[in-house]
Amino acid sequence: MGRGVLAPSPHKHPSIDGRAVAPLTERDGLGAATPHRKASAVTSTNTVVRPVSTKRSTPRWAPTARRLTPYAFLSPTVIVMLVLMLIPVIMVIGYSFMDNVITNKNPVFVGIDNYVEVLSDPVFRTATGNTLFFTLVSVAAHLLLGLGFAMLLNSPLVGNVTKALFRVVYILPWLFTVAIIAVLWRLMLNPNGVINYILISLGLTDKGIEWLSSPDTALLAVTFINIWAGYSFYMVTLLAGLQGVPADLYEAARVDGASAFQRFWNVTLPQLKPIIISMSVLDIIWTSQQFALIWMTTGGGPVNVTEMLSTYTYKLAFSRYEFSVASASAVLILLLTMVLAFFYVRHQKARD
Amino acid sequence: MTTFAQKQTSAVRTTPDGARRSPAQKPRRRPKERLAKVVIILLLLTGAAFAAFPILWMASSSFKPNTEIFAYPPQLITSTFSFDAYITILTDPTKVRFFINSYVVSLAVTALTLLVAILASYAFSRYEFKGKRPINMIIVSIQAVPPITLLIPFFGLMVVLGLYNTYQGLILTYLVFTLPYAIIMMTGYFNTLPKELDEAARMDGAGPLTVLWRILVPISIPGIVSVGVYTFMIAWNEYLFALTLTRTEDMRTVPIGIQLLMGQNSYEWNEMMAMSILGCIPVLILFLFFQRYFIGGMTAGAVKS
Repeated sequence: MGRGVLAPSPHKHPSIDGRAVAPLTERDGLGAATPHRKASAVTSTNTVVRPVSTKRSTPRWAPTARRLTPYAFLSPTVIVMLVLMLIPVIMVIGYSFMDNVITNKNPVFVGIDNYVEVLSDPVFRTATGNTLFFTLVSVAAHLLLGLGFAMLLNSPLVGNVTKALFRVVYILPWLFTVAIIAVLWRLMLNPNGVINYILISLGLTDKGIEWLSSPDTALLAVTFINIWAGYSFYMVTLLAGLQGVPADLYEAARVDGASAFQRFWNVTLPQLKPIIISMSVLDIIWTSQQFALIWMTTGGGPVNVTEMLSTYTYKLAFSRYEFSVASASAVLILLLTMVLAFFYVRHQKARD
Repeated sequence: MTTFAQKQTSAVRTTPDGARRSPAQKPRRRPKERLAKVVIILLLLTGAAFAAFPILWMASSSFKPNTEIFAYPPQLITSTFSFDAYITILTDPTKVRFFINSYVVSLAVTALTLLVAILASYAFSRYEFKGKRPINMIIVSIQAVPPITLLIPFFGLMVVLGLYNTYQGLILTYLVFTLPYAIIMMTGYFNTLPKELDEAARMDGAGPLTVLWRILVPISIPGIVSVGVYTFMIAWNEYLFALTLTRTEDMRTVPIGIQLLMGQNSYEWNEMMAMSILGCIPVLILFLFFQRYFIGGMTAGAVKS
């Protein structure tokens, strides 16, 4: 799926649309604060959602019924999450300790055999290395391109209509599903395709390169496609961040005689740092899980040079029907992701 | 020379933050600013070529006959311009079925996600209850669970439940990926609405459901549109589960349909490109109409005020 937003905990971030929102406690507006009200406002500054005050309860509502109301509202969510998230995660962990499940009617417990098999498979190690390369290069390039485009679009020297137009154009790649992106770039990167034509015309190469089927270039080619497909997210978010940098910070820097580069380095970057870190962690999580792009361009080939952890696991399960070994691999991927998610959540907490 | 002067004045006039600069600095900066503007426009154009050329090429290829896809030298618009590829796709019941499937699944996922998420967000936004923080934490962290980890148990589960190769199976699956995000965004939106609104209604004796549907939902339409658009897009674009949890051609969605065109005997590039164009139209239309909401959805996660 990959394009959801792993957003920080909602009741701590009362903003949507990137707009700042005054804490609701400020809006009580019921005249002068009594000592009691003041105390309640202080305790609830963190949790913007203020508890339904028992002091103001409507007598109509029986206390037990009121206590159960939020659970009733949450029950559909909890049921969906239990059945479709908790149970599957337990299932996959269970599978990973059994012999061949799904294909075998009576699977037997085999301990950590499947993990040993996965970890000692050289292809798994290749896939880990490829995933690392693919992820780190993509994330770094996304960040650089996203920041560059965002700064261009934030320039005061260009008219607003022009900027709005360019912004739409720059967001376009993000609107296309990975399946479309994959076939599109297969067409463009074809040995007789338009990219090779341009390169030959510029004299950069003398014959068409098999970008996606040559072992030397396949990994670079899929990484490039992923860079093209993903920078928009950074651009849009960083643009919102840039517009939030207080103008007087730049003014102060200018008064101090800071050059444009110094202003960027000492004002812009520190202001954007929290956003950059959040987005990079999110992007690392998403990119390391990329499946469709690889599957539809190279399928992990040639000779495993573009094999990723996701395609490796998929092949184990649905090409070789080794569901147990695939489950072990899937659990390992889950563990890696959980480590990243842990850092993300900790970073979000630190920002509060 | 006149154009030169005009450019200069317009550059000054269209500078939004011009007011911030002290008048003494302005004249000295002007020639530098003009150069900077030219450089910025050139960079913007380069960026636009990088972003848009592949998409232009896709559109152009969809209007070519398949034999001219790799014609030398390549041309953006050929004399053989035709809608044949589109006609082939739109008159083939199998391919039309891909689109119907995608619409059915995506619309159902969007409706269900909104319904369930609005209920949950109301609880998160307006109630304090035991277990609120842990449940919230779980919802946030669920989004990091890799789809590939869930794929194998989902496959087993859907076969056992008899939902393999059905709409219901896909719809339920997508809910897992859209709900956490939708709840987080929706709660954020409800939190921006003053509590006095629903408290006043409650004083008049309205129950919580009435407050939610009659008071909160109508004024939350922008937030709901934002979540809905994003949910639709996730469902419309999903690939991995659509590939694994459906088997027959009549259950495939558009992303899988595009891949199916690629497999068989020869590559029908023009048809693939036409199908891609048709396949991105719903998202493109949503984007153009709801751009602000889209961007709101994109930035909600990482930007903090």
